[in-house]
Amino acid sequence: MNPPLLSVQSITMRFGGLTAVDAVSLDAETGKITGVIGPNGAGKTTLFAVISGFEKPTSGAIRFAGRDITSMQVHERAVAGIARTFQIVQPFAGLSVRDNIAVGAYLRHRRRDSALAKAESVAHAVGLAPLLDQPAGALTMAGRKRLELARALATEPKLLLLDEVLAGLNPSEIRDMLPVVQSIRAGGVTVLMIEHVMQAVMSLCDAVVVLAQGRIIASGTPAAVARDPGVIEAYLGHGASQRTQAQASEAPHA
Amino acid sequence: MKHGMKDAMTQATCWPILLVAAAFALLPLGLGSNAMLNFLTFAMIMTLAAQGWNVIGGLGGQFSFGHAAFFGTGAYAMALLQVRFAINPWLALPLAAVLGGCAGGVIGYLSFRARLRGSYFALVTLAFAEVFRILANAWGFTGAAAGVLVPLRLDPLQMQFNDRRIFYWLALLLVAIVLGATRFIMRSRFGAQLIAVRENEDAARALGVNTLVVKLNALVISAAITAAAGALYTQKFLYLDPSLAYGSWISVDALLAPIIGGLGTVFGPLVGTIVLLGLGEITKTIFAQVTGGALPGVDLVAFGVLLILCVAFAPRGVIGLAAGTTIKARRATP
Repeated sequence: MNPPLLSVQSITMRFGGLTAVDAVSLDAETGKITGVIGPNGAGKTTLFAVISGFEKPTSGAIRFAGRDITSMQVHERAVAGIARTFQIVQPFAGLSVRDNIAVGAYLRHRRRDSALAKAESVAHAVGLAPLLDQPAGALTMAGRKRLELARALATEPKLLLLDEVLAGLNPSEIRDMLPVVQSIRAGGVTVLMIEHVMQAVMSLCDAVVVLAQGRIIASGTPAAVARDPGVIEAYLGHGASQRTQAQASEAPHA
Repeated sequence: MKHGMKDAMTQATCWPILLVAAAFALLPLGLGSNAMLNFLTFAMIMTLAAQGWNVIGGLGGQFSFGHAAFFGTGAYAMALLQVRFAINPWLALPLAAVLGGCAGGVIGYLSFRARLRGSYFALVTLAFAEVFRILANAWGFTGAAAGVLVPLRLDPLQMQFNDRRIFYWLALLLVAIVLGATRFIMRSRFGAQLIAVRENEDAARALGVNTLVVKLNALVISAAITAAAGALYTQKFLYLDPSLAYGSWISVDALLAPIIGGLGTVFGPLVGTIVLLGLGEITKTIFAQVTGGALPGVDLVAFGVLLILCVAFAPRGVIGLAAGTTIKARRATP
């Protein structure tokens, strides 16, 4: 088996007295989609901030493509091949969709015409082609999520960190977005995604890691994780696992 | 096919710069009055200063309140290189721009390294300009409070011309070059990254933009352009003192003009400077006629009113206002 593209090794992140991420280790296998799920406040977004370099971890190490990148700056990690989207979308509101994506494309294309051509082809891939000349500030939420994705893809990453790209979308918009994420994996990009929409996690992810209160409480295939009693308790509260089991065993008798 | 059209369009957008430059070049030919020529020359110098500010403030979104620091450095460099080191002004002018750029590099490194943004960056630049003024006021080398006098030597080799129009054309030439340079920057990778920093610094970093280097380069370019304006100022008036060179009026003019003309646009600083200085002259004239006396600073009152109107009704400046009306007109005509 190939070594994982990204290896998070015992990362701890403290803010004052609060431990947001507590000795978390996880791998993102090359060419796969790994999901990170967990209740609100579990430390998922903080973990992403550490992986992408926006926060320096209190302890632990991050290895990417065989290199220790723990002390690298955000932009250096982008050059190395890590791109991220933001949960709260961060468009360059004053610029057109084309110019937004071009900023990402300029990372590997120095010339304007090749950067703009790259931006256009990425826009086609994520379904933004008809909106290329719109100001980014005028996009709908679904459009902005696609724009986040497009800008990150335009940097031609090896690893893409998706922070809730489906949050805030309606069911039909989610259905439209799933094939886009699948095509990213098909294009050879490794994906690590935070997601709350379970339907998406189940259908997209090859592996899932569950975070609760800063710790990993389960990991494995989506189906295995969904049956894990610890995971059910973390989401539904103490004792929930027993109650659901009891209900399931009573059901045939009824 | 599609690309051919786009190329034709982008080439066409070069023309406005040449047309405007040509129109301004022709102005003095039909103009008898010396006062008007002085006004235009001064307007070109201030346009250049504002164009410098526009690079870091308009494109980069880093509002400096202290561009007088660079203007003054350029002005003093131009004067002292000639007076103390006997360097020819044609060489002193580029040297002054380089020295101004160095000042920008030092101030930028200190403030951007410390992650100063917004009002904090504005305050630090303001403080630097004041420190420079106080130093120039105290140091014998710069002539202290008495200032420096550049000897009058009417000789083109000394960048002093019998025909004042030549100096105007020289200033206009620099303005036109910066118009072209601004357009070039806006269409370059560096410009795209600089504008990205203005729009959202975190998003820019995530896309691989080294924001420190981009901002620093922008401030160096910005400071060099504004320093060239200072150098022209020296050569035009042949006299400098600390409150002329490092006075806060320069910082204010340099930032007001692009805001009123159109932030981060190619023509904004030029349009804004003409509007500002024109309004200042008109205000002073009207005030003098109505009251029979002069009130120093009455033009600043007019500037303040204009700024408020601009922020309230034309946040994209005169250029944005004009573009908005043409778009509306185009939509109205089927």
